[in-house]
Amino acid sequence: MTVADYSREPRILAESYDSPLAERLKTLWETKPGIIGWLSTVDHKEIGIRYIVTSFAFLVLGGIEALIVRLQLAQPEQSVVTPTQYNELFSMHGVTMIFLYALPVLSGFSNYLWPLILGSRDMALPRLNAFSYWTFLFSGLFLYAGFAIGAGPNDGWFNYVPYALKPFNPGPSQDFYALGFIFFGLSVTAGGINFMVTALRTRAPGMSINRFPMMIWGTLTANAGNLLAVPSVSLAFFMLWTDRQFGTHFFNVEAGGQPLLWQHLFWMFGHPWVYAIVLPAMSIVSDGLPVFCRRPLVGHTAVALATVITMIIGFGVWVHHMFATGLPNLAMSFFNAASFVIVIPSAVSVFAWVATIWTGRFIYATASLFFVSFIWLFVIGGVSGFLTGSVPVDWQVTDTYFVVGHIHYVLIGINVFPVVGGLYLWFPKMTGRMLNERLGRWNFWTMFLGFNLGFFPMHISGLMGMPRRVYTYPDGLGWNTVNLVTTIGAFIFAIGVLLLVINVLVSRKHGRIAGPNPWDASNLEWSTPSPPPPYNFVVLPTVASRHPLWEDRLNETEGRSTIHEGAVLDHGKETLGVSPLDAIPDAILKMPHDSIMPLCLSLSLMVLFVGLLLKTGWLIGLALLAGCIFSLIWLWPRVSQGQRREPAT
Amino acid sequence: MAQNRTVAKALAALGGVIVCAPLTALADRPMSVLRSAGPKGDPVLQLNWGLLAISILVVVIIGTLLVLALSRQPQPRLAFDARGPLPVSRPAGGITWIYVGIGLTALTLLGSLVWSMVVLANVAVPSGKGGLELQVIGHQWWWQVNYIGDPISRRFTTANEIHIPVGVPVRITLKSADVIHSFWVPALSGKTDLIPGQTNTTWIEAREAGTYRGQCGEYCGAQHAHMAFSVVADPPATFDAWWQAQLADSPPPTDDSAKAGKIAFVRRCGSCHTVRGTDAGGIYGPDLTHLTQRATIAAGVLPNTPGHRGAWIADPQGIKPGSQMPVLSLSGPEIAAIQAYLATLK
Repeated sequence: MTVADYSREPRILAESYDSPLAERLKTLWETKPGIIGWLSTVDHKEIGIRYIVTSFAFLVLGGIEALIVRLQLAQPEQSVVTPTQYNELFSMHGVTMIFLYALPVLSGFSNYLWPLILGSRDMALPRLNAFSYWTFLFSGLFLYAGFAIGAGPNDGWFNYVPYALKPFNPGPSQDFYALGFIFFGLSVTAGGINFMVTALRTRAPGMSINRFPMMIWGTLTANAGNLLAVPSVSLAFFMLWTDRQFGTHFFNVEAGGQPLLWQHLFWMFGHPWVYAIVLPAMSIVSDGLPVFCRRPLVGHTAVALATVITMIIGFGVWVHHMFATGLPNLAMSFFNAASFVIVIPSAVSVFAWVATIWTGRFIYATASLFFVSFIWLFVIGGVSGFLTGSVPVDWQVTDTYFVVGHIHYVLIGINVFPVVGGLYLWFPKMTGRMLNERLGRWNFWTMFLGFNLGFFPMHISGLMGMPRRVYTYPDGLGWNTVNLVTTIGAFIFAIGVLLLVINVLVSRKHGRIAGPNPWDASNLEWSTPSPPPPYNFVVLPTVASRHPLWEDRLNETEGRSTIHEGAVLDHGKETLGVSPLDAIPDAILKMPHDSIMPLCLSLSLMVLFVGLLLKTGWLIGLALLAGCIFSLIWLWPRVSQGQRREPAT
Repeated sequence: MAQNRTVAKALAALGGVIVCAPLTALADRPMSVLRSAGPKGDPVLQLNWGLLAISILVVVIIGTLLVLALSRQPQPRLAFDARGPLPVSRPAGGITWIYVGIGLTALTLLGSLVWSMVVLANVAVPSGKGGLELQVIGHQWWWQVNYIGDPISRRFTTANEIHIPVGVPVRITLKSADVIHSFWVPALSGKTDLIPGQTNTTWIEAREAGTYRGQCGEYCGAQHAHMAFSVVADPPATFDAWWQAQLADSPPPTDDSAKAGKIAFVRRCGSCHTVRGTDAGGIYGPDLTHLTQRATIAAGVLPNTPGHRGAWIADPQGIKPGSQMPVLSLSGPEIAAIQAYLATLK
């Protein structure tokens, strides 16, 4: 490794995790004790776990909202809640699950795992990472503050105008939602940039782009998509807010505004977003399932390409949410075709997974049960999507419970099931202890049966013509029994989630000790101790294949990855920077120290958005000023952080 | 192996019970989308069943493959508690799955696409010429129906109940007075949105006489759940008689209570509701000229009986919270009088 820009030539040594070097690295990298240390940490593992815990808390909140909704709908003509309360509940449920749970939980996994999988010591931009977490948390609290005072979103997560405009929606609900979403979008954007830079820049030498594990492909693709999609909806929400507060006329019909403009801007974001919250989850399965089949994933390259292609086509299908809006048939035909074409890359993955099980040696474990059942749920969610992609069929089933069934098979089947499976898989890495397998089986079967009992009948009630977003329904239309079954299933599913929470709480303290690689898995994260030390790798590994820990048994490559011998980087917090495609090391990156500034900046944004909500000038000014100061402190240059050779003195 | 069987049995039982059994019972429900009562619905219904069959087949095939993949595993099974590293290998043949799978998927999709496009073209406009023209305007939370045929003297307005002649295509223009709604009569036609600032069109045609239920298909606020309507298809002669009757003004009330009711109605209700032939000419609520001819009130919420009409006038916000119909704090005698007057609106 001789690159001029290195500030020095790193030593290459074999070192263990109990050497004096490891001790030194630990002091350098570990989070400082105390509350300030806790609030200042930029350790991707801490942040990843916070993401996961916070998004699970939102999952539980959204779940409780859903259960109240299901109680209301268990029988016809009930009044468990008022229509207004119902509309806020179903809207907040959607906002919570789609924004505050589904993406952040995947960001949590990726945050925790990426540097470990990539053979690096942290995300490329650790402080930005902390910032994106705090911003996610505060934007979630902002949205829930509205909900708590009875001003939560009340127009569904899709928030169609003109119902969202002031004449029909005079309260602050829509201002909370519009500003809250823009706030949340900042978190997604910051996170997206960080994932992009990390994937391209901070990896183990040798981990060229063709050796990316699927977890990298899934999250990278999703975040690239988000960076392109989020501006569309942030803009739309901003326009909504100015329409409401300053009398602009983007959507206001009386003054020449266009209600359909909202739908285009929203779904140009909304559909890619749906892929962004399933592709990383699918990649959890693509990486996790092979571990339990004792073979590499069938068609690794095909599945990686399918992931990217799905995202690209995902930008060209948004109009299938608008087939009933009176668009020309020719335009709709195009989007019908695109919605069918996007099935093909998904089918690539499905057949790859089935073939992996078919040709592998399957091992039953709670994680693998979640992964296998996911494949089947994915297919159900897929074919119902195929049905709604056909324009004439969609005219009938759109906005019925059929679509509610579809979206839940997609979001629970393709997001929650892989995530829970992923938790069983990686919990030992995160905590050093195994989740209880016996409780795990109960957990799996309760969730699986409860889910299908609860959500499959939604397809039936949809085919029987039950519209979605209705707070009640009359007797005599044949919807009673299916709704009762749905409610019972939803509660069983909730018990399954509760079992998971119990398992996590108990196993954290009392689970079986895991050891570094309890599943005998192939990726780099399993070469570190469990839980990994703050610095991840005592020496930075070099990678020679897609499956560093399986090389000896697969015997497919000439060279071998070197895991326990590598660059010693101990002059402060350091990791290697590599070239984007071939992962040839070209810099020793000086990584930033812990800082409370990301939290402070995020807090000042919170104040800014409260100021905008209240339209209070001095508060806005104060927040902007504070934000500038915090940014300056955050970015203040320090010689010790210089990335280039210091000039000779 | 025992676990295999559990998985297999669970999947089979689940599939059998929740997929097949209820599907057969679906078609006769009032709002079922698996039913067609006219030429616009027929090709869509075939497509619905066709794509549904393909979908169910795909789910069953992949489910079977998964169960087979799990049950054909070599014995003994591997387990993580074994000592030493587990075997890892890359058996050949996996990629063939993707080639074959994608080939079949693409062919199926292509066929489905062609079929969808053919249906789309077939139902775009009615095959016959002529027919009836209607205008439907969505309001929070009821339907205004304007019969706009020529000459102008043949035009009138009603609400929430659309009468059409059997066997005649009915072209409908759709508008909204406030937010987005969606016009949907499952047995006759899929959804078309009513969007403010925009005029959409759809058409319906009923093969047989009967009443077909419809409901708003797009979330439109507090009472989206209570925005139903019905399409009543009559034999042409009956339809013409109905039209003729609708064109007439309501006959003036004769008994005293109804006369008093009329005065109270014009004063208290007339700024929102119209009764043709009286001073009540409001345009914010449904036209009530021939109120008693309709089967329901409040957009399908209550049956149209004197008792229910009285209850509705007394407490609209209790029955349909958030509705635009205000609580007028009418006295008992006032309500009784208005009730008596409404009963004369034949």
